[in-house]
Amino acid sequence: MTLASSNAPPPATAAYDRTAGVSLTLRGLKKSFGAKTILRGVDLHVPAGQFVAVIGRSGCGKSTLLRLVASLETPDAGRIALGDGCGDARARVMFQEPRLLPWQSILANIETGLGGERRDPDARARAVEALDAVGLADRAGEWPSVLSGGQKQRVALARALVSKPRLLALDEPLGALDALTRIEMQALLERVWLEQGFTALLVTHDVCEAIALADRILLIEDGALALDVPVDLPRPRRRGSVDLAVLEERILRRLLQTDASAPEYAI
Amino acid sequence: MTQVTSQQVETHDRLVARPRRQWRFARGGDGPIGWVLPALLLALWQVASATGMLSANAMPSPWQVVQAAWRLTLSGELERNVGVSFLRAMAGLVVGGGIGFALGLANGLSALSHRLTDSTLQMVRNIPHLSLIPLVIVWFGIDEEAKLFLVALGVFFPIYLNTMHGVKTVDPQLVEMARSYGSSKSELFWRIILPGALPSIFVGLRYALGIMWLTLIVAETIAAQSGLGYMAMQAREFMELDVVVLAILIYAALGKIADIATLLLERRFLKWHAAFAAGK
Repeated sequence: MTLASSNAPPPATAAYDRTAGVSLTLRGLKKSFGAKTILRGVDLHVPAGQFVAVIGRSGCGKSTLLRLVASLETPDAGRIALGDGCGDARARVMFQEPRLLPWQSILANIETGLGGERRDPDARARAVEALDAVGLADRAGEWPSVLSGGQKQRVALARALVSKPRLLALDEPLGALDALTRIEMQALLERVWLEQGFTALLVTHDVCEAIALADRILLIEDGALALDVPVDLPRPRRRGSVDLAVLEERILRRLLQTDASAPEYAI
Repeated sequence: MTQVTSQQVETHDRLVARPRRQWRFARGGDGPIGWVLPALLLALWQVASATGMLSANAMPSPWQVVQAAWRLTLSGELERNVGVSFLRAMAGLVVGGGIGFALGLANGLSALSHRLTDSTLQMVRNIPHLSLIPLVIVWFGIDEEAKLFLVALGVFFPIYLNTMHGVKTVDPQLVEMARSYGSSKSELFWRIILPGALPSIFVGLRYALGIMWLTLIVAETIAAQSGLGYMAMQAREFMELDVVVLAILIYAALGKIADIATLLLERRFLKWHAAFAAGK
């Protein structure tokens, strides 16, 4: 598997290398913060290598779900299993903020992603390779502060990918970016996912982004799964195509249906 | 294109170094323009003394001070006293600063350690340490221990407080990131917490240096048999005002040197912070 950037069109869906990913299974997952119940029993199975988008209104518990999967929080009840439970099931998180260390060079920041393997002799080479994959190889020695918001997130992506994770959890990583940078980053995300074959769990509030990237969209409402929609559209997906619009309309309608303040007009 | 050689990395380091200079100017105080005012004051002082506007009984002329410096240098008295004072200051800084740094780290990192010691330390902090001089003289006489104790106590608190504050205010998001990316405890400390706390620790060091000189002057003036403060007190006995003024000027110079040393350390260890400020 190579990280080298290529402009060749990605192969058809069935031919993706999915062995690099790991499956994810949630059983009866519950989480409360104080008196507030965030997740009230979530059951889910994600096959290895699938790209799943989790959408929902703010405060619905989608970020909590991701933080539980990434072991940033511990569940009150229920079980989280990565793969068959044995072997190396490495998960990495890409946060909403870049969270780069301002006192480390960009390359050293990426090496942070290697965790315990940072002292391996090939650590530097791997970091350089990951940086190249996000198109910033020429910025290796600079401080993170000189980068733009989009570039910082690209470094954060490289840091998340440098250890070749089998599951990548993305917590609204593109939320703070401008529209054009977002589209570029979505393309980059799709490309590295196709190349590396990890399982992706993307939390987003942007239905359009979910449809552009995911194999499957989950809607969380009131701390439970409310919708589980497969997205069977060929890649790369063309922005503004009718298929995408129809699906987006369907999901948005479902989202708005539960809105207490219903729109004054019917579509 | 995939290979980034270390040479290239170095070049980039040099490229980013540019904002550092801007920062230096922004901080002010440095550069030749900062010396214009002191030079002017010195010239004015000399003129006032030469014309008799300034009585020689109240204030010696700069030239007399220079002569006094030369005289005391030839006799070896000046070097000896400056050396003694400098060593006392550094010993106090190392002992008090070291303990303050260690306790600051401990109380910043461990809630248990904080609960055990912090409120006691905060109570002690409110005692002006110079008020202990009578007690210290009884305990230690006028030996080195007395000065060491007072200086160490003086520098302890700014370093303790700022180290603890720095450790406690390290961005929790960075800590969470490093933890989830598999950093060990020691890596977490050396790569995240210590660098994150460093700007605050340097603030503490700067405060401590000011208190260090102040404490030493007072202690040496009251209870010493050597050192700059002692030299000045002796000179007062014999109405050698030129030596008194010389001692004061040397204190100013020592303070300035300590300040420059901190600045150099900051530039060495907070390179990234400079770029951070300029990039904002």
